[in-house]
Amino acid sequence: MVRVMRSTVIDAPVSAVWDVLRDYNGHDRWHPAVSTSHVENDLYADQVGNVRNFLLTGGERVREQLLSFSDRDHSFRYRIVEADVPLENYIAEVSLRPVTDKNRTFWLWTSRFDTPPGLEQEMQQLVAEGVYEAGFEAIRSLVESPGDVSRADSTVAVSEGIESGSAMVFTRYGEPEVFQMRPISAPPPGAGQVRIRQRAIGINFIDIYCRTGYFRYVEPPGIVGLEAAGEVIDVGDRVTHLASGQRVAYACLPFGAYTSVRTMDAALVVPLPESIDFATAAGCLLKGITAQFLLHQVHPVRAGETILVYAPAGGVGNLLCQWARHLGATVIGATTSPEKIQTALDAGAHHVITPGQSSLADQVRDLTGGRGADVIYDAVGRDSFAQSVEALANCGHLVSYGQASGDIGNWDISSLASNSATVSRPNYAHYTDTQDKISSITSELFDAIQRGILKVKVQHQYRFEQVAQAHHALQNRQTTGSIVLMPE
Amino acid sequence: MPTAYASAVINAPATRVWSTIRDFNALPAWHPLIADSRIEGGAPSDQVGCVRAFNLKDGGFIRERLLALSDYDYCCVYSILESPMGVENYVATLKLTPITDGDRTFGEWTAEFECDPARTQALVDQISQGVFQSGFDALNERLRY
Repeated sequence: MVRVMRSTVIDAPVSAVWDVLRDYNGHDRWHPAVSTSHVENDLYADQVGNVRNFLLTGGERVREQLLSFSDRDHSFRYRIVEADVPLENYIAEVSLRPVTDKNRTFWLWTSRFDTPPGLEQEMQQLVAEGVYEAGFEAIRSLVESPGDVSRADSTVAVSEGIESGSAMVFTRYGEPEVFQMRPISAPPPGAGQVRIRQRAIGINFIDIYCRTGYFRYVEPPGIVGLEAAGEVIDVGDRVTHLASGQRVAYACLPFGAYTSVRTMDAALVVPLPESIDFATAAGCLLKGITAQFLLHQVHPVRAGETILVYAPAGGVGNLLCQWARHLGATVIGATTSPEKIQTALDAGAHHVITPGQSSLADQVRDLTGGRGADVIYDAVGRDSFAQSVEALANCGHLVSYGQASGDIGNWDISSLASNSATVSRPNYAHYTDTQDKISSITSELFDAIQRGILKVKVQHQYRFEQVAQAHHALQNRQTTGSIVLMPE
Repeated sequence: MPTAYASAVINAPATRVWSTIRDFNALPAWHPLIADSRIEGGAPSDQVGCVRAFNLKDGGFIRERLLALSDYDYCCVYSILESPMGVENYVATLKLTPITDGDRTFGEWTAEFECDPARTQALVDQISQGVFQSGFDALNERLRY
């Protein structure tokens, strides 16, 4: 016996979804696999016991009998009585439940059936994906109102004086292909808000985590993205640091940067110097702000200190190497990819270590006369934490600012006594949550870029509609610099 | 019979949500209204028939008996033995169903009970929103990544 269970959430009330689904003879009007449908023997479609006769788009004939039907539970069950496909003893149930939180619909579609040996997987996939999931998407596009992405960004609404544009909406958690361009409207800015015509949007790894559902910060359909640069269209009351026509950039919550026009709180939006172009700003702000507070606030790096940077060729790592070297530190990069050694050296690392015959800690000690590193910037997480503690000098500082390899887990802090280690776990939001903080950090960052201390490499500018391609490139680690989206 | 109901999408896989809520003695760890909890007689919290006794943060004291627990259905049923709420024959069900699209969870919390007819609407609202929905909100906050 093969069992199939698929479920989804439709962004419409149960009554709207049931209006479509309750017509047992109407699947040919919405399901892509069904070409024609008729009910046999002149029975009604909601008459329990009736048999609907499908011609599928592949040419097969399927006859299905209605076993139960409930307007109260918004559900029905049916069985296949005859089919040109190898499904025997097939009984399925469609059931809708209200999601009272936000007035949506939970849709559960289950079945069990027998099929000849060897065909189980193929038939399970056919039913699960070709019938149920394809049906979900068909109904979704039918009953969900297009462009309704208000949950992703509370500032999106329709009113007088709206500014229209396009947003890249991820329609469900999944592969890069889940993005769809949809029209969007940005309302006039309220008090404390700014409306921006966005010219470049930064793409970061967190966007991928949001899209796949690894982080559940944004629910589909929604808009991801944390940073962009563009021009101010207009500002609301009480906004004094920005003006219409000004070039600006931001890297802050809430999510919702993948759009060509946006109304948002102005406090964390900063003026952009003329010498920094939009693509550079969108490609470096989040990473540059991170590098600034890691090197100047979490641990103010001093000349003569030795720092270890993991992923020195990566976005933040690259900036850490450049900036720390300028500050007079000895910089050791640690990478697992030999082909990235040169990138790390170019960024300013004095030494680059790779996995070899001796451990990371031993290699760091060999390079430091046995002392170890004064500061370690570690965004690897689970796979690196223990060796990082081991590689620290006495009274050293481990700054754990990410978990690319997975959650760090629980550690017994008494082990830190082996070298009197300090561990920090900075959170981006806490260093950037006021206008004063963000303005002080970005003025240092922009200054470092203008003076050539930091060189920002925007490796590729993707057109807005190439977002899937851009995400593939980033998640396959094909990039060695920032990548940005350019709305038209 | 009055029925209180709330349902929500919880943005975490059902196995993860279930591991948080299946412990009948764990309400204080995730529900914002609950101050403390213990299982009477030192029984295991997954022994069907056990009684949890807990204090609300606003001072109320409640005892509830576990009537059914299913790791197969991700479902927990319990009744109120003693409470300041003014309800009789109160039986509640907390049930999770996986949302395969996005590996999320559909949570449903239902209670059927009897009460003074004049208080029906107020109790339905209080239980649906104040207890059940706020519990889902807290789970979403707690399990967001």
